[in-house]
Amino acid sequence: MKVLFSLLAVIVLILVAIMGAYTTSLHYTFGIIIPYLALTLFVGGFIYRVVKWGRSPVPFRIPTTIGQQKSLPWIKQNKIENPTSTLGVIVRMALEILFFRSLFRNTKTELSQGPKGPILAYGSAKWLWLGSLFFHWSFLIILIRHLRYFLDPIPFSIQILESIDGILQIGLPAVYLTDAFFLIAVTYLFLRRIFIPQLKYISLAADFFPLFLIMSIASTGVLMRYFYKVDLVAVKQLAIGLATFQPVLPSGIGAMFFVHIFLVSSLFAYFPLSKLMHMGGIFMSPTRNMISNNRMVRHINPWNQEVKYHTYEQYEDEYRDKMKKAGIPVEKE
Amino acid sequence: MYKGGKIIASLIIFVGLLTIPFFYNMGKVNAGPEINLDTPAILALAPADQQCVESPEVMKANHMQLLNQWREAAVRDGQSVYINSQGKSFEISLQNTCLNCHSTEAEKASVTGGMSNPAFGSTQFCASCHDYNAVQPLCYTCHIGSKEAAK
Ligand code: HEC
Ligand code: HEC
Ligand code: HEC
Repeated sequence: MKVLFSLLAVIVLILVAIMGAYTTSLHYTFGIIIPYLALTLFVGGFIYRVVKWGRSPVPFRIPTTIGQQKSLPWIKQNKIENPTSTLGVIVRMALEILFFRSLFRNTKTELSQGPKGPILAYGSAKWLWLGSLFFHWSFLIILIRHLRYFLDPIPFSIQILESIDGILQIGLPAVYLTDAFFLIAVTYLFLRRIFIPQLKYISLAADFFPLFLIMSIASTGVLMRYFYKVDLVAVKQLAIGLATFQPVLPSGIGAMFFVHIFLVSSLFAYFPLSKLMHMGGIFMSPTRNMISNNRMVRHINPWNQEVKYHTYEQYEDEYRDKMKKAGIPVEKE
Repeated sequence: MYKGGKIIASLIIFVGLLTIPFFYNMGKVNAGPEINLDTPAILALAPADQQCVESPEVMKANHMQLLNQWREAAVRDGQSVYINSQGKSFEISLQNTCLNCHSTEAEKASVTGGMSNPAFGSTQFCASCHDYNAVQPLCYTCHIGSKEAAK
């Protein structure tokens, strides 16, 4: 049901895109207005979400660690997994962001029937980590490769990236490795939500929708590159026009381009509303980005109430006369 | 905001990254490549015949697929004539057909010098467009001019 709903939503988007692509009078809307709207929503929404997160208080140190804490001098500290310096935190964050360190520690739990009753077994589960790594890195490389439509002249580094990506030299234009990796990885990420019962149970429409949307973007990109070709010179003029805020709409681009860019715009507009915000969120995860100095430094809750003290001396000053009269001993005469 | 300074700095960097295309292209004219179609071979044709192998829309987007098709037809199937959608026939050859029309006298002259295929390397027709999109066809590692010169 949740799968069907997401699939239908994406199909509707694709139909809208196709309608726009085949209606020449709508090309300005689909090629220029909608991308600008989407970009505005993306940047505005992204900043809004991050600032909103930033405003929520972080009272205590809550790092989760998997390494030896700094302790007695003869006990070796794990400086990266349990950092007490900023550098350590930076390394930990870098490992998390670039190589998904936490996901690497993913485990699976299995209950099986042994000869002497049920056996509970824990094992490492690296497939999700591998799939995610391929997915995210391919996505990043594909994104960077797209800069060739936005930069003129094209920097050498992007040309290098492109030639490495097309190193197999299969077909004309050459097949990109990342395209294949990306499609395989996103299919895996989808199938895993369908075939693992526990995962299927907790998956929501908000999990399937981005997957379908990303799949449709990748597929239209592949179709556009290898099958329904478009005029890339015109595409680049449009892209640079968008980037420099002097939009132009060259004629004869080809329908597939408008389908592709509409789906990309949908993703950008949807981004800040969705779980995809983990792109910004990962930088703000308090269990990862804090120095583990819980015991070395006293951390005071920032919203603690100011406590009013009334010391014994003040008390005695106030009641000295009465105390003396009642015969209670006082410290100061 | 807690750690507000760091968060705002990061957001500024993020938005800064997004504006790279804007600053990179700022002040430049968004003109696209200059595509020179005034080569002697094309000018020598009657105006009605000044047409490419297929319609310009098809050529702009699909010429690499056409070349791939030609290559397969020539090398694998031994064909030497391509009949286009209008029924006109063309000799299947990168050098003698495409580059005959799409190269200037100066480039043809340098072919006899045994240089690598000038139409790919020069700022002329093919390369003007390819540079604009960072396309680097590998064809010219083999399809060099000396093949022509030997003929
Ligand atoms: C209108 C601009 C334009 C002109 C003119 C042009 N090309 Fe291209 N060519 C392109 C673009 C853009 C691509 C990349 C297509 C892609 O990446 O999908 C390309 C790709 C190619 C490729 C495939 C290379 C690869 O690695 O993907 C070959 C081969 C090629 N062109 C040959 C030629 C030849 C030969 C000429 C001259 C007769 C020529 N082109 C003229 C725009 C042009
Ligand atoms: C008979 C001469 C002739 C031959 C042969 C020829 N072309 Fe063309 N080509 C032209 C002309 C003329 C145009 C301009 C067509 C127009 O704009 O109406 C053109 C346009 C093009 C364009 C589009 C350029 C643009 O952006 O307007 C490409 C790409 C191209 N040719 C590639 C090729 C390739 C690749 C081959 C070989 C398969 C080839 N041509 C063979 C004459 C020729
Ligand atoms: C490994 C070397 C090599 C590379 C790289 C190469 N070719 Fe060729 N090509 C050949 C040879 C050899 C022939 C056969 C020549 C003959 O039969 O006279 C040929 C023939 C052709 C032909 C038909 C005959 C002719 O004279 O034009 C076409 C078209 C062609 N190649 C296109 C391409 C294109 C487009 C590319 C780039 C994507 C390319 N080739 C890359 C070696 C190569």
